[in-house]
Amino acid sequence: MSDPERELRVSKIRNGTVIDHITAGQALNVLAILGIDGDEGVGVSIGMNVPSDKLGTKDVVKVEDRELSQGEVDVLSLLAPEATVNIVREFEVVDKKRVERPERVVGLLTCPNHNCITNQDEPVESAFGVVDDGVRCEFCGEIVREDIGDHLAVH
Amino acid sequence: MRHDHLLSAGQLTREDIEAVLDRAAELDADPGAVGDRYADTLLALCFFEPSTRTKMSFDTAMKRLGGATVDMGTVESSSVKKGESLADTVRVIEGYADGIVLRHPSEGAAKLASQFVDVPVVNAGDGAGQHPSQTLLDLYTMRERAGLDDLTVGIMGDLKYGRTVHSLAEALTNFDARMHFVSPESLRLPRSVQFDLHDAGARLREHTDLDEVLGELDVLYVTRIQRERFPDENEYQKVAGEYQIDAETLDAARDDLTVMHPLPRVDEIAPDVDDTEYAAYFAQAHNGVPVRMALLDALLGGDDAGDGAVAADGGDA
Ligand SMILES: [Zn+2]
Repeated sequence: MSDPERELRVSKIRNGTVIDHITAGQALNVLAILGIDGDEGVGVSIGMNVPSDKLGTKDVVKVEDRELSQGEVDVLSLLAPEATVNIVREFEVVDKKRVERPERVVGLLTCPNHNCITNQDEPVESAFGVVDDGVRCEFCGEIVREDIGDHLAVH
Repeated sequence: MRHDHLLSAGQLTREDIEAVLDRAAELDADPGAVGDRYADTLLALCFFEPSTRTKMSFDTAMKRLGGATVDMGTVESSSVKKGESLADTVRVIEGYADGIVLRHPSEGAAKLASQFVDVPVVNAGDGAGQHPSQTLLDLYTMRERAGLDDLTVGIMGDLKYGRTVHSLAEALTNFDARMHFVSPESLRLPRSVQFDLHDAGARLREHTDLDEVLGELDVLYVTRIQRERFPDENEYQKVAGEYQIDAETLDAARDDLTVMHPLPRVDEIAPDVDDTEYAAYFAQAHNGVPVRMALLDALLGGDDAGDGAVAADGGDA
């Protein structure tokens, strides 16, 4: 993080997680996945449409005093397949993870098919299998490719 | 069959399908072949949506196997009306019956039910999703009339919401079938079904005009275009007429064409087709009973039925 322009936009954190190389425009969805809405009292910095060599533009999210579980890292991959997750302690990056696509995601997304049984007040969590370029409802078969972030279940 | 439930046609292998169809042929010829094995078996018919034919067909099949049925009755008269979840309903019914046949207006309902009970669940239609037992009787009818390999099949009508279409198309990927889908633009096959068909390596083409393919077809499977799918009556009137056939339409077809329909029909097949050699839809409906007998035999029979009985010497035991 030596690029001075980036330093200006997103300041360093002492302890927590830096999620870098998020697909531009997905930062808020990433926070939604993590269940962070600002009420927790943790410091959150967001950089949107930051110039990036790799992606043209990218988003960056820094969350103080919070480390991501592997499960959280996995689901990130659906929104931001290129993302890297840096765990920071005492200003040092102590762990760097690439996201990996999970085989399925449970309870995280709402099926866009309004007539799907998972939208009918039944005691089940939604379940999606991860397919080539999207996810697929295990109940009704509906495929979500674009805008997966629009279907995040409310935390 | 190696499955506990029949939820969608996608789970059926060619071997599964052939085993059920062979068994259905045996039971059609000799309904007493199962003896009294099902004398103590009770099948629950849970129809959250009216369907006289499918329900009666399962009812008849179970009774012909020597078993009995219990019927949830209409939704209006049941606790469902009071807001009970499907999950609760099937868990209660599981306590009464050895198997559940479920018709429900929501896609994925049978899949959900199967997660809450240990008895076999048969999907008898879930919204615009699947209707796999219908598919088995469709295939039985096709096999009798035209065989199942090297077929050119046209499927016409409401391909978007037509669950019989979704199940049939998926099942046909087990065979060497060329599929032609004929529908108005707005009622094309959903992309989730297309996904499965492409995934299975199906050979398919889409058309808006039956004339483009009619002359090539071995089978024409017609479904109803539902008026209520169209926001305005004019839109419906514009397309509906294009997807109706009569005896004259079929002059352009091959002499050995088989015309099928899951019934009920409204006006998409004119009555003058009924008397032609093409018409197979009433035979198709009749086949529902032996095919569902064979299906129930496979699912409820456990180890001493299913594969065993089908693969062995014909079930005279
Ligand atoms: Zn769904």
